[in-house]
Amino acid sequence: MEKVKVAIIGPGNIGTDLMYKVMRSDVLQMDYMVGIVESEGIKRARGLGFKTSTEGVEAILGEKDIKIVFEATSAKAHLHNAPLLKAAGKVAIDMTPAAVGPYVVPCVNLDSLSDEMNFNMVTCGGQATVPIAYAINRVADSEYTEIVSCISSKSAGPGTRANIDEFTETTANALRTVAGADRSKAIIILNPADPPIMMINTIYSLVRNPDEEAIRRSVEEIVGRIRQYVPGYKLRTPPILDGNKVTVIIEVEGAGDFLPRYSGNLDIINSAAVEVASKIARRRFLETETGGM
Amino acid sequence: MNKKINIVDTTMRDGSHAMSHSYSPEQVRTIARGLDEAGVSIIEISHGDGLAGSSINYGFSATRDIELIREASGVIRHATLGALLIPGIGTIRDLQEAYDNGVRAVRIATHVTEADIAIEHIKAAKELNMFTVGFLMMIHMVEPEKILEQARIFVDQGVDYINLADSAGYLTPDAVKARIGILKENLDIPIGFHAHNNLGLAIANSMAAVEEGAEYIDGTCRGLGAGAGNCQEEVFVAVMNRMGIDTGVDMDRLMEVAEKDVDPIMLRPQKIDTASLMLGYSGVYSSFLLHARRAAEQFDVPVKEILVELGRRKMVGGQEDMIVDVAYALSQSKKHDQ
Repeated sequence: MEKVKVAIIGPGNIGTDLMYKVMRSDVLQMDYMVGIVESEGIKRARGLGFKTSTEGVEAILGEKDIKIVFEATSAKAHLHNAPLLKAAGKVAIDMTPAAVGPYVVPCVNLDSLSDEMNFNMVTCGGQATVPIAYAINRVADSEYTEIVSCISSKSAGPGTRANIDEFTETTANALRTVAGADRSKAIIILNPADPPIMMINTIYSLVRNPDEEAIRRSVEEIVGRIRQYVPGYKLRTPPILDGNKVTVIIEVEGAGDFLPRYSGNLDIINSAAVEVASKIARRRFLETETGGM
Repeated sequence: MNKKINIVDTTMRDGSHAMSHSYSPEQVRTIARGLDEAGVSIIEISHGDGLAGSSINYGFSATRDIELIREASGVIRHATLGALLIPGIGTIRDLQEAYDNGVRAVRIATHVTEADIAIEHIKAAKELNMFTVGFLMMIHMVEPEKILEQARIFVDQGVDYINLADSAGYLTPDAVKARIGILKENLDIPIGFHAHNNLGLAIANSMAAVEEGAEYIDGTCRGLGAGAGNCQEEVFVAVMNRMGIDTGVDMDRLMEVAEKDVDPIMLRPQKIDTASLMLGYSGVYSSFLLHARRAAEQFDVPVKEILVELGRRKMVGGQEDMIVDVAYALSQSKKHDQ
């Protein structure tokens, strides 16, 4: 089957894990790994037989066959690269907090973003909690949604550590704009336990229609959809109602492609990004999918 | 050991846990005025989990902490008005708002192994020219050497002192001495200590910290605080007086604040019951107590079992959501057994 060529800018841990995920795809073809200096990630990609460059985004702008580009660098780098990618007609999937394009959570709002050229992947906590918050809100009408995201210390890289506020503010924002809560709050905790804990997220919501059965069905339905692209996603605690307060606890185990299994936080944002790229590839470039988008 | 000991009053921050975050503007005005007259160095006011801690997970504040800060700011004449900020819960935006409402000292707290997530917040506080404290929580969970390594991250950012918190009230005096001692030996910066009384050692541990050279001691009137409470400030000042160590605090005035302003509004006596004893014994974050009691009732499982399991899982401060996770799992396994 024909595949759509993709490039990855940023050969760090995230970019390398993305590469392995793309290699497993039946619609995406890993083509180019781009960095700005020689690195382990560049060497690894070259060793696997892919094209590489240390010249930055310029290296791929003229490559007509590359239709989709993952940006796994920094917000600053993406702000520079985004207009160049757009002018070159490439779809950008932005793993950084730059938020040039709209937030996308595949099982919630991908279908409504049909013409976008730039997708922002929110945060790892956003990818894990927005679907549940959305599932609660669509049947119960959330006046306030709050999430607590706990990740293992080992899976929190220097980028996350230096920008903890960005995580809480961006995630809280997506709970309103994507999941539909009127008000929101996001909390992140790092736990250093050894062996490392799996990513655990608690979603609380104060709702106007506390219909337990409807909430349970809605949450189970969305969990089924997330599991199609994140097999390690599971409900630890099904919706518990206490008056108008709903509590749901979920756990994310990573696929272990490049990063260890406890890095469910990194796995879910990468899996979501590849899911976005795959759907775009099918709908815009391969036309194998009927309907939708 | 002859240096002055600065009393950091946290009746309206850690004490906020025991008050289920229900402080009123009136109560805060009265207590803040009294503490200021008594001569404490810093008066800390925030939700128990720091600025913007008001939440489902930690309990909503009856009155927003920023509003309480503004009230206190109007009555404090001598003491420094302080706040707690826990990165991951509160943000630099919250810090700025606290500053705008009169806060001039901020203690930025992380789990004992995660100091680097506070670097941006410390920089922001220093830019505002605030008295800035690096605050490590749950110090019983690691060896003294690890605490030194993490404290250095704060020192490199230019904090004004390092505060160590025995958040679970787990440590014995020797273990406190080892932790304060290694910092005093290796760092050229004042050290502070924050105790919990879950094993009945809050005063003894604070004394041990002073003996090792700590210069800032956290206390609360009547010991009001999470778990079995904190170091009871009026008692600690009395002990310091006995030992001939200056705190600059008027003990009579402080006893009066504790007796007339704090005691009458307490929701329950600050005693060491079985559950709070288990916090100290199992090494569980003290503010889990009231949440665990509620979950025990909701899921019909013993509070003691919940706390022991939380300790076994090595939960850190802020993971109140895991109380429900544990209680639910215990209730399911009980159902299974029947």
